[in-house]
Amino acid sequence: MKKLTCIVCPLGCEISVYGEKDNFNVTGNGCIRGKEYAIGEMTNPVRCVTTSAKCDNGKIVSVKTQNPIPKQNCKECVEFINKVTVKTPVKIGDIILENVFGTNIIATKNIQGE
Amino acid sequence: MEKELVIIGGGPAGMSAAIKAYECGIKDILIIERDACLGGILNQCIHNGFGLHKFKEELTGPEYAYRYEKRVKELNIEVKLNTMVIDISEDKTICATNEEDGIFFINAKAIILAMGCRERPKGALNIPGDRPSGIFSAGCAQKFVNIEGYMPGKNVVILGSGDIGLIMARRMTLEGAKVHAVCELMPYSGGLARNIEQCLNDFNIPLKLSHTVVKIHGKERLEGVTIAKVDKNRKPIMETKEYIPCDTLLLSVGLIPENELTKKANILLNRITNGANVDQNRQTEKEGIFACGNVLHVHDLVDFVSEEAEIAGEGAANYINNNILKDTEINLETDGKIRYTVPQKITLKKDVKVYFRVLDIYKNVKINVYNNKNELVFSKPKAKCAPGEMECVILKKEMLSDTDALKFSIVEG
Repeated sequence: MKKLTCIVCPLGCEISVYGEKDNFNVTGNGCIRGKEYAIGEMTNPVRCVTTSAKCDNGKIVSVKTQNPIPKQNCKECVEFINKVTVKTPVKIGDIILENVFGTNIIATKNIQGE
Repeated sequence: MEKELVIIGGGPAGMSAAIKAYECGIKDILIIERDACLGGILNQCIHNGFGLHKFKEELTGPEYAYRYEKRVKELNIEVKLNTMVIDISEDKTICATNEEDGIFFINAKAIILAMGCRERPKGALNIPGDRPSGIFSAGCAQKFVNIEGYMPGKNVVILGSGDIGLIMARRMTLEGAKVHAVCELMPYSGGLARNIEQCLNDFNIPLKLSHTVVKIHGKERLEGVTIAKVDKNRKPIMETKEYIPCDTLLLSVGLIPENELTKKANILLNRITNGANVDQNRQTEKEGIFACGNVLHVHDLVDFVSEEAEIAGEGAANYINNNILKDTEINLETDGKIRYTVPQKITLKKDVKVYFRVLDIYKNVKINVYNNKNELVFSKPKAKCAPGEMECVILKKEMLSDTDALKFSIVEG
């Protein structure tokens, strides 16, 4: 049995997971997303990464992974992003880096060009 | 200048209140914002988790802010940026200043206070030692990293486990710093459980509950801190002293509503919330002056700020249209275990949502509400209440008759 704190929403349900591979029994979850989260944590834990990148005009743009990536790759993902210089203007949703651990890095802020 | 509605603060509360007031028919609105852009603190909160209630999706702070900013622009609501309000009088005259207009006055029919809050500073903590550089409030460090692109340091200790402190523990780690510990004076964290999981546990950052910083070392730059466990009276146990070398200390020790302007309008502040007392319309004791968001009481989630601001926006619109209904006056009281409620007063017999915050962690309890004859009018079981999580109950209109007070209590069982 493993105890987890659900991170899907601010409620933070305390979830217990019993069993192993392909046959998990999840209790304590308040909703279906909690169950998906718990099984994910047991098999392939993923996280959405939010960080920032520098722009060509000296400003900073906030960015995120379009989809969650494997938890153990989060730091490496930020290191990749720190090597990039984003061309301005940039809009929310613009892809600033493609195919990083199976997803795109997208801007979460509008930055005007100089 | 004459304006029907002036909103002070262009963060999530101010924008949401403006949009709601506009939708309720008030077109002559001005938002005054001291920063160079709308969005307030959300601009530096680049992590995600915003908007789950409001938009049913997970947004980052800037994305959440942009949804409102876009709407404000679509509705052509007037905004004055880089503008500082320096005074408000009881008769709703606002004195403000900026580079273009100089000092100017606005006569408003209604005002919504949406100035937000600021961080409790180190001065309030009384930690002995020198005052070297390298000590920041967590939000200040957040601005350096996320907006300016500077790292405040490489070896970090965080005092206080509020959400901003937890978020910054992860943020500093992702940017290559080593966070040695998060110390929390209380035996429980002030932050959300999910943030302890995803910001600390994911990166193996120790959370030291019942610990505090007892000494600051270093003269020019911070060289380290001494931490110690505290007893149940929160007094440090000196035998448990431990030295941690570090170049950065972040403080996440609470937020204080920024009510200097509220005081200038002669509005008394509530000693627990540090905000004004309001009725269910979020109207303060001064008619026509409303308050919402973190200036009223500190919220955990921006979604609730937006929700509260809509109430204030609608209230202000009704006030301007002479349409505020009133048929009772009920004061909401608390037993101390429940620290405060918002609103503090109800003036209309209509279903009403009351938010409250508790003093300590309580398990398997009931939230009971009694009328002035000590009769139970409402009861709701609760598996767990924690100070870090705002709760709410909905009082039905029937519960509001024949009483001038309602007392909120926590009871066993």
